[in-house]
Amino acid sequence: MASFAKFGNDLYTGARSVDFVGRRRVWYMIAIVMVLASIAIPFVRGGGDFSKGFNFGIDFTGGSQFQISDANSTDTIKGRDAALGVVPSANVLVTTAGNHGVQVQTNQLTDQQSQQVATALAHTYGVAEKNVTNSFIGATWGADVTGNALRALIVFVIFAAVLMALYFRTWKMSAAAILSLLHDLVITAGVYAATGFTITPATIIGFLTILGYSLYDVVVVFDKIRENTAELTDDSTRTFGEAVNLAVNQTLVRSINTGVVAALPVAAILFIGSFILGADTLKEISLALFVGTVVSTYSTPFVASPLYAQFRSGEAAIRQRDEKARRLKARAAGA
Amino acid sequence: MTSDQLNQAVSIIRQRIGGISEAEVSTQGSRNILIEIPGTTLDKTTQDRIESASKMEFRPVLMTGAPATSNVSPSASATPSPGASGSASASPSPSLADTPTAKPTDGSDLNWVTPALQKQFTDLNCSKIDAADTNVAPADKPLATCDDTGTQTYLLGPVEVEGSTISDANAGTIQGSQGVNTGEWAVNIIFNAEGTKEFAKVTNRLVSLEQPRSQFAIVLDGKVISAPVTQAAITNGKPQISGNFTQASAQTLANQLKYGALPVNFAVQSRDTIAATLGVSQLQNGLIAGLIGLLLVAVYSLFQYRLLGFVTLASLVVAGVITYEFFDILSWQNGLRLSLAGVAGLIVAIGFTADSFIVYFERIRDELRDGRGLAGAVEAGWKRALRTILAAKSVNLLSAIILYVLAVGNVQGFALTLGITTVIDVIIVVLFTHPVLRLLATTRFFSSGHPLSGLDPNALGAVYRGRAEFHFSEDARRSGASREAGRRQTIAERKAAELEASRGSKGGSN
Repeated sequence: MASFAKFGNDLYTGARSVDFVGRRRVWYMIAIVMVLASIAIPFVRGGGDFSKGFNFGIDFTGGSQFQISDANSTDTIKGRDAALGVVPSANVLVTTAGNHGVQVQTNQLTDQQSQQVATALAHTYGVAEKNVTNSFIGATWGADVTGNALRALIVFVIFAAVLMALYFRTWKMSAAAILSLLHDLVITAGVYAATGFTITPATIIGFLTILGYSLYDVVVVFDKIRENTAELTDDSTRTFGEAVNLAVNQTLVRSINTGVVAALPVAAILFIGSFILGADTLKEISLALFVGTVVSTYSTPFVASPLYAQFRSGEAAIRQRDEKARRLKARAAGA
Repeated sequence: MTSDQLNQAVSIIRQRIGGISEAEVSTQGSRNILIEIPGTTLDKTTQDRIESASKMEFRPVLMTGAPATSNVSPSASATPSPGASGSASASPSPSLADTPTAKPTDGSDLNWVTPALQKQFTDLNCSKIDAADTNVAPADKPLATCDDTGTQTYLLGPVEVEGSTISDANAGTIQGSQGVNTGEWAVNIIFNAEGTKEFAKVTNRLVSLEQPRSQFAIVLDGKVISAPVTQAAITNGKPQISGNFTQASAQTLANQLKYGALPVNFAVQSRDTIAATLGVSQLQNGLIAGLIGLLLVAVYSLFQYRLLGFVTLASLVVAGVITYEFFDILSWQNGLRLSLAGVAGLIVAIGFTADSFIVYFERIRDELRDGRGLAGAVEAGWKRALRTILAAKSVNLLSAIILYVLAVGNVQGFALTLGITTVIDVIIVVLFTHPVLRLLATTRFFSSGHPLSGLDPNALGAVYRGRAEFHFSEDARRSGASREAGRRQTIAERKAAELEASRGSKGGSN
């Protein structure tokens, strides 16, 4: 801890600092490359069709449902294995219904596959084939639900932008925050396309969470920037950009700690879900949350803050003050 | 039944059972709708809500007026619904109410108005009609109700045409007599044979009556969505509603006509209790994962903040207990069921909540670095931290509220979790974490800056300037910078300069 505290001290005094604002071109390049890659990946994976690059779950696409009545057991693992035995690539969801019923849902299968799965399930659960009914089920998360969530998202972003503009007294902070929010969302979506993880309603909720987290993180850091830049007096030797940079550095320990604390529980779920216990649903949501927290934590100092400094640096008053600060600094160095 | 209609039915049901129940609705096959509601039993009200059909009817208008709660005169408050080509007329004269009850001869006969009905109509409070269930009447009886904006009241005759006789409705612009498009929006309705016949009969009668009795109210689920004035007897079954429409409002009305008239009565076909999708084993795994995560958070906090880490843990535990109690009450009172989305929201909340403490602790450390004593650092740090915490938490709360209001189903449940945990978090940090730290600041262990306290000024760099320079107030007074902000900048800059100088003297470069 001693070394980490020392690191924090040095960041606080400015003895050590990461140049978030000054080297913004480098950070922007990284951000642009990541965003472009995240957009390109689903295109490539989907063979030119953007939406095919993502692996949408049954809830979005609808699928096949098999209902087994009077099953000799309600072991869900057996049903899953039986369905996967026929269609290895299927997304299978098995639940019990009542005391002797089992319900198996998969993504939409061809008629032939459905027949085979029905046969396999009948065999597995020791029932006659007529006791296995199969039907096509529609999307639980239809277009209207998606549209609803999307509308909520847009309204939220607008309201949040207005709220931040009012609180910080400058719309430029809102603009920087929302650009970095888009950066986070696009990259998280890109990771989904790249890994082929199934997108479920849980994933969408994960996305909405990231939305909140990303803005939250930005507000915490921007509040420090607001404090530091408001304290810039006429005789300060710091330029606006330097003041922003110092603020980001001073909150860097907080950013790291918060990022770690937020990501740890999610990482535990992701890891356990993926590699040890096979808890699918948990795995799907935790990936979005994990990637989202990490990217959001990263983007606040590396994307949002330099953007804000750049947006403001063009203002006449700030440019004037910056020049004065540079003169004072030069004089101080000369003296 | 077409798949379009089935999908419409799905969204109707989704609207009806929306709220905190986190239900999932989907189509199954070509005629069935599958509704999954968390919880062990389906209560009667939910089932009633699902089963009640969306009902559209056409009723002739007998009287119009303003809601009882409104103080404004009827003519001013009455916004004519888009269909009414003129402004709605003022309240009918009171003498009409005394008309003796004789057997009404047709739907527009004012004999329908009994004194009792007149009173109900005059006292009608639009904001209460849903709750009071007063906006339902049998098809052969008159009905007193409001329009869907709650700004105008109507007294309507019995049902003359059923909504189910509409075969199609669309929005379009009006073609003038010369075939020139006037650009004015209107809604076209197409009735089936039965509807055509009935509609012809009624419009034939209404066209000769005076307003408001020449108006024809379209009632959807007990509320008037439009009340156009009959301008001609329509015998071809293709009426057009015009007047004051925008493209959007015309489209909305057309959709309501087309789909609101779904001839569906939803009957519960079968009821099964299905096991949790997120099975017991999965939930267990999730909980194990969550516990491991919490343990990691604990280890990390203790590593970072030493004994202060225990304050984080204690605060998280208190927040956890309150959240648990809160959800317990909600599930008992309002039938809330936690779904996976809710669980996810809770796990993420650990991070959000812990951040409040981290922000706070870091601010205290900043103040210590500036050379304040612990008690002063706690107070000064708290002031700054609280402002940041409140600003950031309002963003969270805003997202929760907007998602809750605008979204449906799963998302709503998640938003509720997020909103509740955000509020609890702020309460905890104000009423628990801060008081605990104030208390701790008075103990020797913390105020003496014990290395294990996590608030050791030496480790926090305040030592660099030596003991004597701890009280920098002289410097501050000398420079005249009374603002604490100024001091903090000066110190930070001075320290940097000192460091620079010491490096320079050693001949080292940056």
